[in-house]
Amino acid sequence: MSGFRTLLYKEILRFWKVLVQTVGAPVLTSLLYLLIFSHVLEDHVQVYPGVRYTSFLMPGLIMMSILQNAFANSSSSLIQSKITGNIVFVLLPPISYLEFFLAYLIAALVRGFAVGLGVLLVGLFFADIEMRHPPWILAFALTSGAVFACIGILAGIWANQFDNLAAVQNFIIMPLTFLSGVFFSIHSLSPFWQGVSHLNPVFYMIDGFRYGFFGQGDVDPWLGLAVVTPFVLLLSFLTLAMLKSGYKLRH
Amino acid sequence: MTTAVRLRGVEKRFPRVHALRGVDLDIEQGEFFALLGPNGAGKTTLISILAGLTRASAGSVEIMGFDVTRQYREARRALGVVPQELVYDPFFTVRETLRLQSGYFGLRRNDAWIDELLDNLGLADKADTYTRRLSGGMKRRVLVAQALVHKPPVIVLDEPTAGVDVELRQSLWAFIRRLNREGHSVVLTTHYLEEAEALCKRVAMLKEGRVVALDRTDNLLRAGAERRLLLDLDASELPASLQPLLIGGEGRHFILDLPDYGDLEGILANLREAGIGIRDMSLAQADLEKVFLKIMNATTERT
Repeated sequence: MSGFRTLLYKEILRFWKVLVQTVGAPVLTSLLYLLIFSHVLEDHVQVYPGVRYTSFLMPGLIMMSILQNAFANSSSSLIQSKITGNIVFVLLPPISYLEFFLAYLIAALVRGFAVGLGVLLVGLFFADIEMRHPPWILAFALTSGAVFACIGILAGIWANQFDNLAAVQNFIIMPLTFLSGVFFSIHSLSPFWQGVSHLNPVFYMIDGFRYGFFGQGDVDPWLGLAVVTPFVLLLSFLTLAMLKSGYKLRH
Repeated sequence: MTTAVRLRGVEKRFPRVHALRGVDLDIEQGEFFALLGPNGAGKTTLISILAGLTRASAGSVEIMGFDVTRQYREARRALGVVPQELVYDPFFTVRETLRLQSGYFGLRRNDAWIDELLDNLGLADKADTYTRRLSGGMKRRVLVAQALVHKPPVIVLDEPTAGVDVELRQSLWAFIRRLNREGHSVVLTTHYLEEAEALCKRVAMLKEGRVVALDRTDNLLRAGAERRLLLDLDASELPASLQPLLIGGEGRHFILDLPDYGDLEGILANLREAGIGIRDMSLAQADLEKVFLKIMNATTERT
């Protein structure tokens, strides 16, 4: 498994070397959301009794950062390697498709968690954050991060150019994450849009993650986990099958 | 002894191109082998199949006895490939690049060999430079070093000297020759046929996905094109005994066919007996380029 270890190390080193872009920038973006939304809504919205809006917002922002950055890490690394051609450096050595998958998956999680942790630390200056059920926090961070890491690998391999990837980012990732209840509780929506939100798997990721912090959410966290876990399995299976087939990597 | 590279009935069909149409080839251990052919002949496809970057549509491919798909770990460990494209990872320095590449092959402490590679390829003072800041020639050297981090018994170089200056070309070949002397098998594709002629003991020529010539370089040179003797004489007529050899020339300039070096002595003796003096004399020898063109044209007529 030493090929795996080195590939994982390389994938982490890759974003670590440009930490300002890969972690600093998304933390700053989240901070801006936090400042603006809490300024506008702090005195007007209270979603859960006894929870200030700024505190309510934090878990959603952290989760959104984890998801977007897990996706960004695997997808951008792959598309860059493909376009510059240096993907051959990892295709020539004896690295199995399983090792390849795990290395990109774990590196994407590490990046997602690094950004999530950054948002959390910055958030501590602005809001009281309690963590009632850390196991739930961890469970949703891992499973949800893995889903987006897989989507990133799939998209990175499928995309032929940066435009393709930007399309996935702008038309799939952004709407899914923004319309998942990061900034609001879906209980404030009309019954129709509540129903639509229940079809969005990201809703369950955010809601379960938030449950870990406040001990309350829109749905039962077990239901959330029951929705998210099959996605992890399905996408892992899909990604592994794609890697095994050599699609767009080994012609 | 295990064959270094063994191809049997290798076919590759792309959606629009039938790139390889049944290639059989054995390259023995320790050989310095050239794979020649015009653009689009299938050289790079063949190398990609050896490297596992492309999968053959039919046939079998073994590196050092290991099947490139079923025993891909062993096969890839036995192979070092210098790709044709000048690729690099801009995030890393030369040393980092080589350490990572070593790690991919399961080598954790490889610095002694990395240093040796850097020295031999003239990269020692660039070890801590980011690869994106290197010139094209330097990037090419890094690619060579990357292909050699795991000391592969079989080394494949896909047009390693395209756009490379004379100095690097020579130092590169000196190093590759040394590795070949130490027992590494070397497979080379190049458009510089004089390079192949000087370096490679054996040559395969590919055309439209088929091997159209496969022989020792010296055999190809001997069989492929005639050796000729060019003479400037102080007479306008050749002695009768030499007339059958005459194939061209004008005035006092004569071109004689010279099937064998042994014939040279007889020709000179004939001239001396006839009292004819020689003003100038030279041998025109076949080179691989002529042989190459002849074979490529001959196969065009056939197909």
